[in-house]
Amino acid sequence: MDPSFLVLQALSGLASASSLFVIASGLTIVFGVTRIVNFAHGSFYMLGAYIAVTLVPRLLDLSYSPAAFFLGVLLSALLVGLIGVAVEVLLLRRIYRVPELFQLLATFGVVLIVEDLVLKIWGPVDIAGPRAPSLRHGVEILGQRFPAYELVLIAVGPLVLGLLWLLMHRTRFGVLIRAATQDREMVGALGVNQARLFTLTLFLGASLAGLGGALQIPRIPANGHMDLSVITDAFVVTVIGGMGSVPGAFVAALLIGQLQAFGILIFPKVTLVLVFALMAVVLVVKPWGLFGRPEAASGRVMPPEGIPSLRRFRPAEAALAGLAVLALLAVPLFGDAYKVKVATEILIFALAAFSLQFLIGVGGLVSFGHAAYFGLGAYAAGLLVTGPFKAPMELALVAAPLAAGAGAALFGYFIVRLSGIYLAMLTLAFGQIVYAVCFQWVEVTGGDNGVVGVWPSSWASGRTTYFYLVAALSLTAIVLLRRVIYAPFGYTLRAARDSATRAEAIGLDVRTHRWLGFILAGAAAGLAGGLYAFMKGSIDPTLTGIPLSIDFLVMVLVGGIQTVMGPLVGAAFFHALKDAVMPLTEFWRLLLGLAIIATVLAFPRGLAGAAEALRGRVAAPKPVEASA
Amino acid sequence: MTLLVVAGLNKRFGGVAAARDVSFTLAAGEMLAIIGPNGAGKSTTFNMVGGQLKPDSGTVALDGRSIAGLPARAIWKAGVGRTFQVAQTFVSMTVAENVQMALLSHHDRSRHLFADARALYRGEALDLLAGVGMRADAERPVSELAYGDVKRVELAVALASRPKLLLMDEPTAGMAPRERSGLMALTAEVARTRGIGVLYTEHDMEAVFAHADRVLVLVRGEIIAAGTPEEIRANPRVKQVYLGEAGTEAAMRARRKAVA
Amino acid sequence: MSTRDETFRPLSRRSVLGGLAAAPLGLAASRAVAQGAGPIRIGELNSYGRMAAFAVPYRNAMQLAQDAVNKAGGIKALGGRPIEIVFRDDGSTPGDATRVAEELLTRENVAFLCGTFLSNVGLAVADFANQRKALFLATEPLTDALTMGSGNRYTFRVRPNTYMQTRMLVDAVKDRGVKRWAIVAPNYEYGQSAAANFKRLMAAAVPGFEVVGEQFPALGKVDAGATVGALSQMKADGLFNVLFGADLTAFVREGNTRGLFEKRTVASLLTGEPEYMIPLGDETPEGWVTTGYPWETIDTNGHKEFVAAYRARFNDTPRLGSLLGYVVVHMIRDMLEKAKSTDTEAMIAALEGLTSQTIAGPVTMRALDHQSTLGAWIGETALNGRQGTMKKVRYADGADYMFPEAEVKAARKA
Repeated sequence: MDPSFLVLQALSGLASASSLFVIASGLTIVFGVTRIVNFAHGSFYMLGAYIAVTLVPRLLDLSYSPAAFFLGVLLSALLVGLIGVAVEVLLLRRIYRVPELFQLLATFGVVLIVEDLVLKIWGPVDIAGPRAPSLRHGVEILGQRFPAYELVLIAVGPLVLGLLWLLMHRTRFGVLIRAATQDREMVGALGVNQARLFTLTLFLGASLAGLGGALQIPRIPANGHMDLSVITDAFVVTVIGGMGSVPGAFVAALLIGQLQAFGILIFPKVTLVLVFALMAVVLVVKPWGLFGRPEAASGRVMPPEGIPSLRRFRPAEAALAGLAVLALLAVPLFGDAYKVKVATEILIFALAAFSLQFLIGVGGLVSFGHAAYFGLGAYAAGLLVTGPFKAPMELALVAAPLAAGAGAALFGYFIVRLSGIYLAMLTLAFGQIVYAVCFQWVEVTGGDNGVVGVWPSSWASGRTTYFYLVAALSLTAIVLLRRVIYAPFGYTLRAARDSATRAEAIGLDVRTHRWLGFILAGAAAGLAGGLYAFMKGSIDPTLTGIPLSIDFLVMVLVGGIQTVMGPLVGAAFFHALKDAVMPLTEFWRLLLGLAIIATVLAFPRGLAGAAEALRGRVAAPKPVEASA
Repeated sequence: MTLLVVAGLNKRFGGVAAARDVSFTLAAGEMLAIIGPNGAGKSTTFNMVGGQLKPDSGTVALDGRSIAGLPARAIWKAGVGRTFQVAQTFVSMTVAENVQMALLSHHDRSRHLFADARALYRGEALDLLAGVGMRADAERPVSELAYGDVKRVELAVALASRPKLLLMDEPTAGMAPRERSGLMALTAEVARTRGIGVLYTEHDMEAVFAHADRVLVLVRGEIIAAGTPEEIRANPRVKQVYLGEAGTEAAMRARRKAVA
Repeated sequence: MSTRDETFRPLSRRSVLGGLAAAPLGLAASRAVAQGAGPIRIGELNSYGRMAAFAVPYRNAMQLAQDAVNKAGGIKALGGRPIEIVFRDDGSTPGDATRVAEELLTRENVAFLCGTFLSNVGLAVADFANQRKALFLATEPLTDALTMGSGNRYTFRVRPNTYMQTRMLVDAVKDRGVKRWAIVAPNYEYGQSAAANFKRLMAAAVPGFEVVGEQFPALGKVDAGATVGALSQMKADGLFNVLFGADLTAFVREGNTRGLFEKRTVASLLTGEPEYMIPLGDETPEGWVTTGYPWETIDTNGHKEFVAAYRARFNDTPRLGSLLGYVVVHMIRDMLEKAKSTDTEAMIAALEGLTSQTIAGPVTMRALDHQSTLGAWIGETALNGRQGTMKKVRYADGADYMFPEAEVKAARKA
């Protein structure tokens, strides 16, 4: 290959890396200090681009010069910083103490809200920004033309890194950021005004995201899909670098930039998978990323996030649950075809949400990619009945949980080696890999079109019959899974969650047990996926994607993460709500986002949890203080 | 009969030697205390015996079987129960369930999918709790207990597998003085009546000198003295580097109390 | 966008009751009965939220056409009943869309379904329509599968599909003597199938045709610098582009700066559609051979009036979606006039082979594969001030670019 080409390709990679670093550095700093994994960081990036395409042309009208351009970019970044402050003061400040899963969901709520607000304010059409004056041209390098603006971008990354280094080492604010990143408790103990520190950190982090977005306007038009397209990459960079580590983010961004630039030459079709595969490999080899450190063990024993204690149904509750099931089973008798369809969906989502609750609430394993296993089940079932095998539905419904269980076994093997936020990020990475394979491997999966014609066997094809089939399988699976929670297997899973050290010290194989639990939950989700495929008649990549994973999490959250049966309530409530709201407005994402945030703020323990608290039977859990 | 033989254990963290050539033995029914100032390597040594840390070199043999470098669960299966400096319990469970978990594991039924976990080995668990004086609290969530009681539950958990050796890392840390002597007396009684060897570290000199049969003194990762409490108390080097005058007085007081 | 809110109305009591009355079995019959009085309701589902740039101009034109049809006396064969389009967001996922479709059929009691933009949503709704024996007029999805391998007798498609548009391009460039081609396409079904069509058709049309390299960046995440670099390296004489939207804008800017398009023939799918051309602005490359909708140059019967009415009502220029929406409503009108009923079988019979006089010219719904012969405008991109436009434009009648009958028969048999 032509050496000059390799040099130019490397330069392209550097320009991408530099852009990525600017964004990821903000994410990693915010995480380091607040311990919040901020999904809304992508929204800040998008806002940076939108504000810049609005602001920069006005400034260029006044004075067509590079100075005006970059002034506009900086102003946009600062404005986004202020938006970050608003988000901190209005939302994040209220949720520092809630479990990290809820924080993630709340920031995802912000993503949904910002998406619809951007649509409302700037309209749906992509807005291309102005090019930077005097930097429109290409520079001749080794006989080939390279954009001058990208040379500037290449310089911006190291410049930002240098400025951040100065900030971290030469200012009190920076020193506090580093201290908080290393030991958050200590900063609290030092009597630092934590609220102000966090607000300033959000300002810094959001400004960096805004800067990243504003710098892109000569290259990428501002558009409503920028947020989620950048956030996954930014997560990957932060995780590979080690969460909280700015130099780590720099190195990781360089790695990814070059991997992309040269990866597309060798594998022009698998770029989406490459970055996640890299992340998975890094996490398997270095569980805390390249430069990350494990959480400093504090002398504090925190109660786990999930189910605090198991109790049996009281007679009244058993009666109530029985009535609810009966009412559901009676839907085909009094409801119309549409009601039956919604009820079928609720039953399927209830199983999926329950399997997720099994992982999170019982096992303490926060999965951000649970839809992957739902989707694997759906794909296994769908491809079996439509592919060359033309298998019957009955066989496909057996294969669905097996395939999902096999996928969970493969991914889970790596996932259970990690803990906390890294574990959640790895589930996300594997979820994205499954999604990318379904989306891009058109020959086998049908790509984004998916596969249609996944209909039940003729005996089960009646709407009502299929409803009862789903009811029988879902409810049986839920009852069995519930039984497992109360059996030694579930107790052991919970024991490992409560104290892995203690569990190992009484001879329990924590890792293997978590792995088995992961497989079981994956298989249950796979059964739900298979049932879903036959109800919809089709499979497609959205069944494996992040939005569906988030839906499952919201169901668990809304129902109550501390209750065994809450997720079932959550599935019913969430799905019925979505169904009621969607016909009313196309801004349903905004409403959904507000609903998520309201739930996190008002009912952090979900509907079922709130009901229990109302009865006053559950004492508020407090951190168990244990002086060393 | 020699139960535990530890020979030449070494462990370095970065450039710091946390344990240097640590060797000692422990007989069945014997109480052996490891003392030393903060950072002397007590916990490191301890965790290497218990399987929480892998030694860089050296051997640990239990009943003639090498257990060095095995994972904690294998060491437990070999017959080692342990308690932790900061009590480790299953905070979402009741007192009885905590002990039942250990029994489930002991009987190798932790992967059973459908049995009712609360009914399994309940009687046995209650007996163990009775042994540590916690029978009356069996149904309480372990998260509600006073810290001293949590430590007792931990002891019951550690005893559930009928261990040959008990490892107790600062068993009385964080407890009120009265609870301390109670727990240590209980431990000593269990050790002697059941012939269990007990290896423990302690900050509290009263707990050391009142109950230990022998004492090891660890300073900067090295054993500088070993012997009976009397010998240790009399050792001038120990006095100088570790005990100090105040410590010696406390030791004297403790001995008098125990004799009386 | 001023009319956005009025188009979404809460469920009416009447429609809920109507839905309740419809038993799960024999729905097709009861729909026809329930449609006996009042307006003829049509269920239109589309990605109004997530794909608003395309779906909103489409909806605008549908409303314009609906009002025009009703003002002219409604459906005369059905006693002058007006038409009423019920708009619903399809959630942009097949899962949501099929539920919404069910809701439209059961509760809103619509006579048939139309709409969808994303191919996967279109395919899922088509399959759902087949299962429910309801008519589905897929208006915007491009995927060939909808009328080929996954086609069914209840589903009809209006927009010229990927194959037809690619074939128009091949037709336009095959005589230029360019043999060495590079391909860049988004990595998903649409991109891959456009690339495959291009290779197949060019190989048949151009002796010595050769693909020297391909790039398939991830949809919505093109790494423009690296992709342009890789394409330059291939030293091709022609470039076939399938990128669109934000990917296209990023790609064009990078390519312009690096001179990728200089001295090369570029054939580009859909780039001439205003939806994609407007964001390119003054960076619109010149001389690309492309399919599109140069609305300002079209003077077929009624088109100028349509543009005037559209601009007056919505204070915006029409997009390709607008043209589609307007054409679709008129095809629906003609279908209902011919069917004289809202019975599904009658509507299918009417639609098969139906020829409508539209603002784009005559459009026939081919009975063989349920693909309409609506064509596209083909020409070269050009700059007009700071805006892109098309020159050397001609209308390529879809009838000349349809899938060969033998291929259709082979594909639809399976």
